[in-house]
Amino acid sequence: MNPMTENYNKPDERGHFGPYGGMFVAETLMPPIQELNAAYQRYLADPEFIAELDADLQYYVGRPSPLYYAERWSRELGGAQIYLKREDLNHTGSHKINNTVGQALLAKRMGKTRIIAETGAGQHGVATATVAARLGLECVVYMGAVDVARQSLNVYRMKLLGATVVAVESGSKTLKDALNEALRDWVTHVDNTFYIIGTVAGPHPYPAMVRDFQAIIGREAKQQCLDATGRLPDALVACVGGGSNAIGLFYPFIDDHSVKLIGVEAAGDGVATGRHSAPLCAGRPGVLHGNRTYLMADDDGEIIETHSISAGLDYPGVGPEHAWLKDTGRAEYVNITDNEALDGFYALTRMEGIIPALESSHAMAYTMKLAPTMDKEQIIIVNLSGRGDKDMQTMAKREGIEL
Amino acid sequence: MSRLAVTFEQLAQSGRKALIPFITAGDPHPDFTVSMMHAMVAVGVDVIELGVPFSDPMADGPVIQRASERALAHKMSLKRTLAMVVEFRNTNQHTPVVLMGYLNPIEAMGYEAFANAAQRAEVDGVLTVDLPPEEGLECRELLKARGVDPIFLLAPNSSDERIRMMDNIGSGYIYYVSLKGVTGAGHLNSADVESKLKQIRANTSLPIGIGFGVKDAETARTIGALGDGVVVGSALISKIEANLDNCDRAKHEICELLASMRCALDEGSVK
Repeated sequence: MNPMTENYNKPDERGHFGPYGGMFVAETLMPPIQELNAAYQRYLADPEFIAELDADLQYYVGRPSPLYYAERWSRELGGAQIYLKREDLNHTGSHKINNTVGQALLAKRMGKTRIIAETGAGQHGVATATVAARLGLECVVYMGAVDVARQSLNVYRMKLLGATVVAVESGSKTLKDALNEALRDWVTHVDNTFYIIGTVAGPHPYPAMVRDFQAIIGREAKQQCLDATGRLPDALVACVGGGSNAIGLFYPFIDDHSVKLIGVEAAGDGVATGRHSAPLCAGRPGVLHGNRTYLMADDDGEIIETHSISAGLDYPGVGPEHAWLKDTGRAEYVNITDNEALDGFYALTRMEGIIPALESSHAMAYTMKLAPTMDKEQIIIVNLSGRGDKDMQTMAKREGIEL
Repeated sequence: MSRLAVTFEQLAQSGRKALIPFITAGDPHPDFTVSMMHAMVAVGVDVIELGVPFSDPMADGPVIQRASERALAHKMSLKRTLAMVVEFRNTNQHTPVVLMGYLNPIEAMGYEAFANAAQRAEVDGVLTVDLPPEEGLECRELLKARGVDPIFLLAPNSSDERIRMMDNIGSGYIYYVSLKGVTGAGHLNSADVESKLKQIRANTSLPIGIGFGVKDAETARTIGALGDGVVVGSALISKIEANLDNCDRAKHEICELLASMRCALDEGSVK
């Protein structure tokens, strides 16, 4: 039992998870984040809003997503029984849409006419462009120029959906720079624009709000596991970039102390090489993008470039709630290299006929290590946060195949 | 009384406005900065804002972003920026220097270590863009206790309540961000600034420096008439950027621009 997470009720009213989180933004953004927080608190308690959100999740997103028993893979690994939470089957192919549907409804209620977003792998960008198209809202997506090149299929999807995709050329030209540029846009168009952040980072209320929209993953998984097996799982495994799919799965289980929560960070070429994206495993606390959390930074506090085969995990920070769950010991954070992630990718593809996203492949790879160490009676739920269609070009290129 | 308070009081007594240039420490090269600071003092600037380079300058436009990138390429840091202030103080004891930057370098150094270092370097004010009062009281207390003024921002959408909050906890001056946008943006509207300044004046007696979008003698004159000082940054750094192969020419062009702004401000101040 961990007293720090007994009757878990984080964050506090100013968005703090212990020393983490908060509202570290320039003055121009204070009024809009306070306005957003007020609207969010209000609609969270509004039955009409919740009913509309639930209907969208059911009929537009396609929820509930199945909890699939990976029988063959479990047998092959010879340990715990593995269940996959199939967020890859959602509309647009990942868990990202759970959040964008929610935030877009909020934007509509708040009378905002323009949506902006940052994206790494493009999954959040696609999920945002999708809901913007449906609601008839102008949509601008910021994406690092490096990611535009390695996720060109998703760039095309966003454009098809009517979004403007801006390739960000500053800094390391990846997700963190896309976030910088989205914040610059927001500060410039603050009156009519709603910024849909895709992960559990950013200033309060984003980490809590995105978590609450993603927590449907864990609520469903818990009930589905009870229905299928009559008991709670022994471990949850999810990949962590910013950490939205992980927190979505973990959150409803935080007070269930028998359930181990395991977040898998991207070790890139290996944590020892310094070329990775694993701030929880090998970073230090600091402040970036509106919150205090673990960061990849040097001794002078400058943010270090990150490396991962998966664009969606290529981020130097992590949601502040993960920082808190790490420090309190409630969750454990491990890391998986690019090469190990590829093993996970191939294993799930060939063993179960499911092609996972490279991000989710990190969770699969860790499951391959974990399951054999557990008893056959034990249960692991792995979050299959997205499907791998978007990664076909990256994979083919690695294999030397021209598509 | 702090160096900033003295400076603004003297300016007020003589009916003049503060000219406040911003340059990024170490841009385009660490050797450039201190001599540039002295040269700016020689053409009549009143306060110097020295930008601390940061890898992710979220509130800055492309010009100041690139200045940070150039400085970081020379391994600039908060520590080296503080060392530049020490060097500047060897021969200048009267011009206030304000460090402007982002929080993470200060977090990495530690608030107390930073406050001590700022005091030792005779830094006069610290403006941390992403540290609003809601999160900034600890840092503020440490700076205040060492005679360093914590400077806060106000924006076009700041409420009366927030203006009074800055009045309460800020000192030295208030930096009014004159437009919704990033540094160096081109859509400054003086009528908007004028009406906002009335609201700000009604809620604080601190001097007000106005920045974002001040780029030449004309905007300095117009905006200077509304506040107690103008901050100019991107327009200066553009001169550096246009003369990366010739630092002397960059310095000369910056001094020329500042001299013209000085002139415009002083003409505008004559009643």
